[in-house]
Amino acid sequence: MTTVQTATGAAETMVLNMGPQHPSTHGVLRVLLELDGETVVAAKPDIGYLHTGIEKTCEAKTYSQAITLTDRIDYLAPLSNNLAYCLAVEKLLGLEVPKRAQYVRVLLTELTRIGSHLVWLGTHAIDLGAMSMFLYCFREREEVLKIFEFVSGQRMMTSYFRIGGLALEPPPGWLERVERFVEMFPARIQEYEDLLTQNRIWLGRTQGVGVISGEDAVAWGVSGPSLRGSGVAYDIRKMFPYSSYDEFEFDICTQKAGDCYARYLVRVAEMRESLKIVRQAMAKIPPEGPIRTEAPGIVPPSREEMKTSIEGLIYHFKIFTEGFAPPPGEVQSSVESPRGELAVYVASDGTPKPWRVKFRTPSFVNLQALPKLCEGRLIADVVACIGTIDIVLGEIDR
Amino acid sequence: MAEPQDVENYAVVRKLKEWDAQAIAETHLFRGELTIVVPRAHLRRAAEFLHGDPELAFTYLCDVTGVDRFPSEPRFELNYHLVSMTRRERLRMKVRAESSNPVVETVSNVWPTANWHEREVFDLFGVRFEGHPDLRRILLPEDWEGHPLRKDFPVEGYR
Repeated sequence: MTTVQTATGAAETMVLNMGPQHPSTHGVLRVLLELDGETVVAAKPDIGYLHTGIEKTCEAKTYSQAITLTDRIDYLAPLSNNLAYCLAVEKLLGLEVPKRAQYVRVLLTELTRIGSHLVWLGTHAIDLGAMSMFLYCFREREEVLKIFEFVSGQRMMTSYFRIGGLALEPPPGWLERVERFVEMFPARIQEYEDLLTQNRIWLGRTQGVGVISGEDAVAWGVSGPSLRGSGVAYDIRKMFPYSSYDEFEFDICTQKAGDCYARYLVRVAEMRESLKIVRQAMAKIPPEGPIRTEAPGIVPPSREEMKTSIEGLIYHFKIFTEGFAPPPGEVQSSVESPRGELAVYVASDGTPKPWRVKFRTPSFVNLQALPKLCEGRLIADVVACIGTIDIVLGEIDR
Repeated sequence: MAEPQDVENYAVVRKLKEWDAQAIAETHLFRGELTIVVPRAHLRRAAEFLHGDPELAFTYLCDVTGVDRFPSEPRFELNYHLVSMTRRERLRMKVRAESSNPVVETVSNVWPTANWHEREVFDLFGVRFEGHPDLRRILLPEDWEGHPLRKDFPVEGYR
């Protein structure tokens, strides 16, 4: 958050403050635009308005308590964040999670991806003037949130993944609900595509706008659909598989053009791929089996065990009062969140509280490429460029 | 920690040693993750080598993580998490800096993405990056005092 001098120092340009209270900045992003007429000469993103010190707070919490903070980083994809953090701590502890829990995790994070892409599509379209898309996308996203509420008790801040597995046994009948969604959704994607993919206004606003080459995108650390839209097939699910993703069949969606339209096509294709993964996961999840790994002193015992055995009670008490102490060391674990590579670094000093937790959030890095996308273009294209990199300010500022 | 022999199996360790034995101070293998500690004076050169070597091709900088090891010295640790897309490999390059002079060279001319990561480390830890094009606070207001992720900064802030 700083005052910014005009970059080029030219007398003919003017500086326009876009945001932090601007509807198309998706939160509290402020962009300083230096304009020559209507052309953007320089764009400087200014962030930090939503900084809440989550990484510092994590250092004062036990490993399990920090999970609730991860939801709040990216509030459009809380389960992806839960997963990234849990995987990091599990790696630190050397824990193996039961297959059943792994498949449930895959299924739910793919639904998260669909839900997050729907918010992106709706808000991106409304930014560019397509009002009805917003209503359609939020209608379907509601169905995803209902599934989350049914499974975890919460629509958004789920905290459903815990270290060593899941918080609760999924309720009976949840897979039927997922089934209903999976049946309904392909027709809805088609509906969005009918409205946008060949729409002349949509093409005019997105084709050739915000172009970034694959080489530049890699150099600027761009990840996720924004990178794949530039033809680089980098997907953590394939590159460094986690949570049994190597057992699923799906394609990495890429496009060559590297413009807003290419990124739109990638995300729409990704929703279809996610549905494919959800279908496979539904077939894979065994009806019964453990949802948490056996690790006394780290993973809480079941309710029944806690009530009936003295060891169970002691462990339960110790985990929730003191926490557990992983061995000293440091690990980094990354997942493919809807926005790109979400990497969590955890360093332990052998005490029950993490020494350092760092969230490498995709929006933070992707936003850095914004000037690259919109410099030299019209001011209206800035709106398209901000929309197309799919930023979440909670994730940028942490 | 693994036997040194295991670490030798990594092409990146071998190649770095062949290139300049001085560029590796320590290597660690923990939970399958390779960490190479690079002396501070060699950071820029090592970064250029890892990025530019066609066989290694660590072209993607995932992030730069600062760690405060207060009260031990050298106090600050910088972890550069690198990805080689062609080799499907990850690497943690670690550099240490003492509290008396927390300055390291920038790598933003090797990986442009390091620009904001280094600004973040500067903002939250107070480590300075020599040669950085635009070293300002990024998350906190410009008149903020102190560096919150330092261990001697209280969680609830100064009162």
